[in-house]
Amino acid sequence: MPKFEVVPILELVRETPTTMTYRFRGDFGGQPGQFLMVWIPRYDELPMALSYLGAVKGITVHDYGDATHAFAAFSAGDRIGIRGPYGNAFRLEGEKVLAVGGGSGMASMIAAIEAFAQQGAQVVTAAGAKTAAELLFVERANASGEVHIATDDGSRGFAGFVPALAEKLVDREKFDQILTCGPERMMKAVVDLAKAHTIPIQASLERYMKCGIGICDACSLDDRLVCMDGPIFTAEQLDGFEEFGKFRRDKSGRRIPA
Amino acid sequence: MVDLRTEIAGVRLRNPTMLASGFLDETGGSMARVYEAGAGAVVTKSIGPKPREGYPNPTIVELDAGLLNAVGLPNPGIVEYAQEVKRAQKGGAVIIGSVFGKDADEYASVAAKMASYGVQAIELNLSCPHVKGAGTEIAQDAGAVRDFTRAVKDAVSVPVFPKLSPNVQDIASFAVAAEEGGADGIVAINTVKAMAIVPELKMPFLANKFGGLSGPAIRPIGVRAVYDICEKVHIPVVGVGGVGSGRDALEYIMAGACAVQVGTAIIPKGLAVFEEITKEMASLLEDAGFGSVSEAIGVAHA
Ligand SMILES: Cc1cc2nc3c(=O)[nH]c(=O)nc-3n(C[C@H](O)[C@H](O)[C@H](O)COP(=O)(O)O)c2cc1C
Repeated sequence: MPKFEVVPILELVRETPTTMTYRFRGDFGGQPGQFLMVWIPRYDELPMALSYLGAVKGITVHDYGDATHAFAAFSAGDRIGIRGPYGNAFRLEGEKVLAVGGGSGMASMIAAIEAFAQQGAQVVTAAGAKTAAELLFVERANASGEVHIATDDGSRGFAGFVPALAEKLVDREKFDQILTCGPERMMKAVVDLAKAHTIPIQASLERYMKCGIGICDACSLDDRLVCMDGPIFTAEQLDGFEEFGKFRRDKSGRRIPA
Repeated sequence: MVDLRTEIAGVRLRNPTMLASGFLDETGGSMARVYEAGAGAVVTKSIGPKPREGYPNPTIVELDAGLLNAVGLPNPGIVEYAQEVKRAQKGGAVIIGSVFGKDADEYASVAAKMASYGVQAIELNLSCPHVKGAGTEIAQDAGAVRDFTRAVKDAVSVPVFPKLSPNVQDIASFAVAAEEGGADGIVAINTVKAMAIVPELKMPFLANKFGGLSGPAIRPIGVRAVYDICEKVHIPVVGVGGVGSGRDALEYIMAGACAVQVGTAIIPKGLAVFEEITKEMASLLEDAGFGSVSEAIGVAHA
């Protein structure tokens, strides 16, 4: 792929009241868990996980700030700049996988859920959200295996946080590996759970980024970079980090609570 | 065995490669990692008096011709940065603290704080807006280069290395001004002013519109700058701009530099670039019959 290209948006799909999927043609590879740097012209350039691989790629964006809010008002035909794909990918290890997603974290995992199921793995998904309307990619995950749901307000499925739901699942069945993506404190709980049950885990982390290519140091976590060494880390790597689940960096590089 | 050790105004380096300012140096963890990977020293991100977010994205883009950036001096501020220097020191790194400010007093006070953290030298990033010179940089006003250098020299006891901009008529005259201000060494060059436009979007790529070009494209510009500067000053010079191999480094050394800094080459080569450069430099020097790096400094002037 060229280092940078401008592509028209082919289609926008509203997934939940706060998330939108954007589809566009992208003749580059892309592995489950990798991300693009996406330029929303006039607003910002942000890292976004590939939620669809294949010839027509996709990103799924949570509307949380000015740029993503403006992006939500884009239409088919509007153009965006993309560069990537960057970062490492989820790896399939073993035959039975538990994917634990919180909120828009499902966007980073759904490609892995589908790919691993296609490769013959048995994939069980635990998807959590604040409320039923905010559940993301439940149908897609369902087409790739069993899905369990948790909502903070109890409007659908298990009433409570998704790590608690995941705990019930690992108590009940044996998994060869766990994948997780979501708010960092949620992932911290899932990582602790995996460690307690000695199940290998891969967690996809999120940090503010500028370059995406390993030079600006904005996304550093201890002495590793989320853009280059991650975004996916194992429990062994995360164990060595003082900052995981505790600190992140603001735009100026100051260490602030995660 | 070729002796790769070098020295810049009393700062001793195990090899002549340094991490250039602005690359993997916002955090102590990254600086320690770069030093561990083989750099002879690390230069910190340019640090100012207070936290600064920098420009909005897009701030960095890879072009065919090189890397274009306008990050806008993001930094956590000199007070917060103490903990990053401390973390890098734990890894044993030789650290050169890069600083900037809005006027001479601010440069001096940030430099004094930086020096108090125990860095081995101070680098002055002079490619910052000059409040008195509408739209120009400090590095484009020879009087300011001299005065700012003097102000920092008066405030610290470690060596001071002003870093010059190539975006001037005659860079050597700025090196002379820095020497007059008491500089202990010169670093050259910073990025070359540049711009990229995205035709499909009818707009510049960078949010700041303009930026600075780095990478292989600017190496001949940097080598020429170092060569010119070395003809005019008596203080040591550090070469920066497009160094990605031992051969590239030797161009600067033979032009008169006693060390080189490496930034953009980290993108294609990773942190192994430092070791690669040192190894290649050693074998090229050996083939050419040199026993040490210092014997090769400036030989192209003969
Ligand atoms: C993203 C980026 C950030 C930079 N930040 C700084 C900085 O804070 N201070 C500084 O003196 N130079 C800065 N520079 C300039 C570099 O230190 C160096 O002079 C320039 O990139 C040329 O070297 P290279 O071709 O090896 O990259 C920056 C360059 C880049 C690409």
